[in-house]
Amino acid sequence: MGLSAAAPLWGPPGLLLAIALHPALSVPPRRDYCVLGAGPAGLQMAYFLQRAGRDYAVFERAPRPGSFFTRYPRHRKLISINKRYTGKANAEFNLRHDWNSLLSHDPRLLFRHYSRAYFPDARDMVRYLGDFADTLGLRVQYNTTIAHVTLDKDQQAWNGHYFILTDQKGQVHQCSVLLVATGLSVPNQVDFPGSEYAEGYESVSVDPEDFVGQNVLILGRGNSAFETAENILGVTNFIHMLSRSRVRLSWATHYVGDLRAINNGLLDTYQLKSLDGLLESDLTDLAILKDSKGKFHVTPKFFLEEASTNQSADSITLPQDDNDNFAMRVPYDRVIRCLGWNFDFSIFNKSLRLNSGNAFGKKYPLIRASYESKGSRGLFILGTASHSVDYRKSAGGFIHGFRYTVRAVHRLLEHRHHSVTWPATELPITQLTSSIVRRVNEASGLYQMFGVLADVILLKENSTAFEYLEEFPIQMLAQLETLTGRKAKHGLFVINMEYGRNFSGPDKDVFFDDRSVGHTEDAWQSNFLHPVIYYYRYLPTEQEVRFRPAHWPLPRPTAIHHIVEDFLTDWTAPIGHILPLRRFLENCLDTDLRSFYAESCFLFALTRQKLPPFCQQGYLRMQGLVSTESLRQHRVESRLLRDYAPTGRRLEDSSQQLGDQEPLGSPLAPGPLAQSLDSNKEEL
Amino acid sequence: MFSGFNVFRVGISFVIMCIFYMPTVNSLPELSPQKYFSTLQPGKASLAYFCQADSPRTSVFLEELNEAVRPLQDYGISVAKVNCVKEEISRYCGKEKDLMKAYLFKGNILLREFPTDTLFDVNAIVAHVLFALLFNEVKYITNLEDLQNIENALKGKANIIFSYVRAIGIPEHRAVMEAAFVYGTTYQFVLTTEIALLESIGSEDVEYAHLYFFHCKLVLDLTQQCRRTLMEQPLTTLNIHLFIKTMKAPLLTEVAEDPQQVSTVHLQLGLPLVFIVSQQATYEADRRTAEWVAWRLLGKAGVLLLLRDSLEVNIPQDANVVFKRAEKGVPVEFLVLHDVDLIISHVENNMHIEEIQEDEDNDMEGPDIDVQDDEVAETVFRDRKRKLPLELTVELTEETFNATVMASDSIVLFYAGWQAVSMAFLQSYIDVAVKLKGTSTMLLTRINCADWSDVCTKQNVTEFPIVKMYKKGENPVSYAGMLGTEDLLKFIQLNRISYPVNITSIQEAEEYLSGELYKDLISYSSVSVLGLFSPTMKTAKEDFSEAGNYLKGYVITGIYSEEDVLLLSTKYAASLPALLLARHTEGKIESVPLASTHAQDIVQIITDALLEMFPEITVENLPSYFRLQKPLLILFSDGTVNPQYKKAILTLVKQKYLDSFTPCWLNLKNTPVGRGILRAYFDPLPPLPLLVLVNLHSGGQVFAFPSDQAIIEENLVLWLKKLEAGLENHIIILPAQEWKPPLPAYDFLSMIDAATSQHGTRKVPKCMKETDVQENDKEQHEDKSAVRKEPIETLRIKHWNRSNWFKEAEKSFRRDKEL
Repeated sequence: MGLSAAAPLWGPPGLLLAIALHPALSVPPRRDYCVLGAGPAGLQMAYFLQRAGRDYAVFERAPRPGSFFTRYPRHRKLISINKRYTGKANAEFNLRHDWNSLLSHDPRLLFRHYSRAYFPDARDMVRYLGDFADTLGLRVQYNTTIAHVTLDKDQQAWNGHYFILTDQKGQVHQCSVLLVATGLSVPNQVDFPGSEYAEGYESVSVDPEDFVGQNVLILGRGNSAFETAENILGVTNFIHMLSRSRVRLSWATHYVGDLRAINNGLLDTYQLKSLDGLLESDLTDLAILKDSKGKFHVTPKFFLEEASTNQSADSITLPQDDNDNFAMRVPYDRVIRCLGWNFDFSIFNKSLRLNSGNAFGKKYPLIRASYESKGSRGLFILGTASHSVDYRKSAGGFIHGFRYTVRAVHRLLEHRHHSVTWPATELPITQLTSSIVRRVNEASGLYQMFGVLADVILLKENSTAFEYLEEFPIQMLAQLETLTGRKAKHGLFVINMEYGRNFSGPDKDVFFDDRSVGHTEDAWQSNFLHPVIYYYRYLPTEQEVRFRPAHWPLPRPTAIHHIVEDFLTDWTAPIGHILPLRRFLENCLDTDLRSFYAESCFLFALTRQKLPPFCQQGYLRMQGLVSTESLRQHRVESRLLRDYAPTGRRLEDSSQQLGDQEPLGSPLAPGPLAQSLDSNKEEL
Repeated sequence: MFSGFNVFRVGISFVIMCIFYMPTVNSLPELSPQKYFSTLQPGKASLAYFCQADSPRTSVFLEELNEAVRPLQDYGISVAKVNCVKEEISRYCGKEKDLMKAYLFKGNILLREFPTDTLFDVNAIVAHVLFALLFNEVKYITNLEDLQNIENALKGKANIIFSYVRAIGIPEHRAVMEAAFVYGTTYQFVLTTEIALLESIGSEDVEYAHLYFFHCKLVLDLTQQCRRTLMEQPLTTLNIHLFIKTMKAPLLTEVAEDPQQVSTVHLQLGLPLVFIVSQQATYEADRRTAEWVAWRLLGKAGVLLLLRDSLEVNIPQDANVVFKRAEKGVPVEFLVLHDVDLIISHVENNMHIEEIQEDEDNDMEGPDIDVQDDEVAETVFRDRKRKLPLELTVELTEETFNATVMASDSIVLFYAGWQAVSMAFLQSYIDVAVKLKGTSTMLLTRINCADWSDVCTKQNVTEFPIVKMYKKGENPVSYAGMLGTEDLLKFIQLNRISYPVNITSIQEAEEYLSGELYKDLISYSSVSVLGLFSPTMKTAKEDFSEAGNYLKGYVITGIYSEEDVLLLSTKYAASLPALLLARHTEGKIESVPLASTHAQDIVQIITDALLEMFPEITVENLPSYFRLQKPLLILFSDGTVNPQYKKAILTLVKQKYLDSFTPCWLNLKNTPVGRGILRAYFDPLPPLPLLVLVNLHSGGQVFAFPSDQAIIEENLVLWLKKLEAGLENHIIILPAQEWKPPLPAYDFLSMIDAATSQHGTRKVPKCMKETDVQENDKEQHEDKSAVRKEPIETLRIKHWNRSNWFKEAEKSFRRDKEL
């Protein structure tokens, strides 16, 4: 989403203004960062640039932010959920269920303060974006339409060239880095005979009264098509929907861009034998003909070619003439085109080599997984237009996804141009399990941008400490060192969220029995979104990332761990979640990551030459964990530690005591104490 | 078309597979009736199945019968299939196919006929045949009266083996019959299938098979009941055999040899031995005890009476029980157990472990990786239901955090509700709150970072648990001491005043040094430090203030720099700048000159000064002494250290003999875990006190001061010299191995690989019916879950008991997810 598709409503600037600005033309203002578009992605980037104190400007052709939302969606209901209650106080966690807010430090700028509706009205989004820009004082130049973008080679420039932006007044802006957040603004049109008879989603009436008693044909099968159908379902004779491929239900594909249940009323009536229906055919093979009564007929294109000259429905042989049960033999009163949107390539000069992708990605500009254009360095695509990276996979095309990818791009830029390394927390290895548990339970970026952004843990030498990096674009893993300025010499973990491998798809039954896994040893078969941890001894190479196994988000790791899916997405169960995770980490690092009470550390300190990390990093630094009496009691009961307390007659000097079951007597053969702690497990 | 071809191919493979799967019937001889009867030998038992010649070649019954051939042959019973042909009419050949029966002959006398449905499997076949043959050896009864009659008849004559099985023909029945075949002449076997009968003799868990040994042979008085011993193992042939073997062994044996060398039938059967140590003087009583124990442990362990007086080897003086495990090479244990029940429970506990270990071996799985082996996590989990008086601390939120820590001096505990270490420490924290209740101006608060993640991040808290102190006008201070009640309490109490304390008069300084000034605080800081500076020493004073501030909460520091400071420095013979250290417990005041005045150095001087010359080592203070990197010379004492020993060691310290060591003592009463340390050093444990030298930092050798020598200066000096000269042998070297993962993790990568490769091979249909082809997909799905090895499944059932209930509940919830 970005700039309005509609033409600007204001006229060309007055001559006076142009003259007044003229002196500025000779010395074009230079900015480090230029952002095109003050939609959600543009504002989000502006926020991060502002917080970092960078030199930037946002150019917006409308007088206010988020102009796309002033018109779209046409029926005004956003299908991004505005979940105001989760029962949890954790703000980061709550962003997992907030699909509309942008990221900021200001809790007032959360969308839940702007709408009470679960599926909010688009006007609230406009109001929200306006407040976001105003409250945070983002530097947006409104009413500035960038009409042309070109390149100017310059050795001094950060990227070897400047981006030269020319606005509608002829004003030129010179930018070191160009961040394009213009969304998808050009309605997608398919060319076929009679396509001119179709009304576009962008202009069709939204008043159901205009469709009373009509036969309606809708081209397309996305949310806009169904949203349009939903609006007129009750007043039409029937609605037929035509598109190339089968309907993709978002609850089966787990992709929010597919048909959402909130819009699928027509599916319901079709399957419940009302007159509405769905048809599959490639639009480019069809033709629409108008008959003398002004009604529209659908026919395969080759019928038309036979008749070649005269293209009126009355004179051409229609399929139903031969095949009297042809499905679309009824004439239609209206044909509505709802075929989605394309990126506006028109303002970019060829020298930028900003090309469209192929196949699926035709509507999107071609970019790398770092969101940088493949054609020119320093040109980044943000927001909806950057969705080619994870189209039909994750949420990168939507606010609740690209707010995180924008942050990732900002972090990359901070390192590239300002030597600010990717933010990371360095912690002792004893905190490894906890830091992973914390993130998988609250991190919203991992959750929303599953499979695209992942946390990375870089191990320090000898695995005594680690650095924790959040939300790195995993397809760029091989370039991690250059992109972040951090070193990955001693192995790394990647924490990704994943659905089960064969779980999602338009034809999948997502409600089958045993779809959920409960036992930890079956965790790798988990279907619902769950954390997966990859361990690599060495940073994978670009080759390994590119030629990774099919359906794997990452190259084959040295070891992999799935935390078993959880109905409540609460992965804090001591036995079910944390214990298997710790065992995995221990075995990757070849160490013991258990925690011990000071008393145990004391025993180890005097009976062994080496101490486990927890005792080394805690107890020996005089920060041991002292057990309370009741915990001590449990410890004895659990037989994880023997009871040394001298009680009554049971102990006498020079004698061994009861319960002395461990072969401690044998001169401390390898691992006796470790054994004494993990033996007796049958008691539990 | 393609699918048609597929079906065709499937059909072919079906035939091929099925040819391979044809049961082989070689071992079951097929004879004609005439031929069969000619093979019967007098006295020999034979089981024959008569069937029509045109009956199908295979049936479930024939398969089972085929399997029964070998076990029955072991008992000398032959088995045959007799084909009834038209020409030879035999009366055993039924008229109709479904009336065919099996017949048991002894010689050519018919003993029993069996309808084939009673012989439903191989167990039933063996059980029924033996049951019929051992008609006299195994008495079948249905009521208590029968049992009593048999019991009375056999008193003083023979022992009885009484068993209950749920039904005739089940595996337990077969096991009993097989035992009866072997032991039927020695013991009277009695069998019942009546639950009521079992209940009437007082059995519990009546749903299982039971086997009792009735010790009737010993009973001479007919009014007396026979003693009964219940076999506790499941009824299998092997277990019954072992059980009877132990019943046959003598109840009590007297020995007078080294317990390590003694072996009885029990050890061979994998049962431990219990020696009751006896002396001439108490022989009679000991023997009675031993007999009593022997009865109690019958079938579980062998019991022997060990005559100490005629013993050549030494056993510890006060040991009264010796326990010898069945495992070879494990040294015997000498125990002091003053109660028969303790002996029994000791044996039973150890038996238990043995069993489990055996199980695990069978499972081929090793220890269960789903079982918690983190003591903190486990104890916190076990304690989760206990309600803590959390209300004694203020719970903070994002909204209240700033206002609270700004409004009053506060201690904040940052923790995560799901983290075990946090939750363990929370208990100590609450204990602090209990102790401070109503007395402290410091507000005790806590914030759960699992809920208020942002607040914690803003306070720069990235790990848990963290304690910070917020005081008005000061930067927050992180607590860096032990995560326990005492140390935190000390930190809070000492922080009631700010450091260093500014002392303004000589009189005040004297009060400060004597401990009068902060009477209520000196129990938290055994040393008070006073920095003496002349008023002009500006940087030195600043450095000292920095050091004092750094040490706040750990030690009391004060500063004196008035004009008359020379009075103090003269009195305590300290040249300025200097530190005065007042040790309150000893009532001594030392002076330390400050050569360097870097804050860091001052901190180092003070922390070093806090160390004692001959401290009692505890869990809390070991790290401070450990840092010195010197071998520890530890005197283990049960209770307070003997003043003479203390004096001896302190003398050595003064004479500089111990400069390269850290001498200390350990009070086992205060630090019970010391026993664990001693046990690692000594086997057997000599009497206390014990003096050991532990070379922790280089080599890990442990040397013991000879326990037969008195701890006096001369002996110690001599010993230390020998040590230095390398003439002493270490008693043990502490293990140096690294801390490796205690257990393996799930290898999901291999599981994924296995599933992928299996998926590949599954594409070729095997022996499948036509309709199965369509169900291919579904089947594959089921197959995937079957990839899991069976042992894991059983292991899970065994070890997941604790969470079984909710696991099951969870499972059923999952089914209803769509609700």
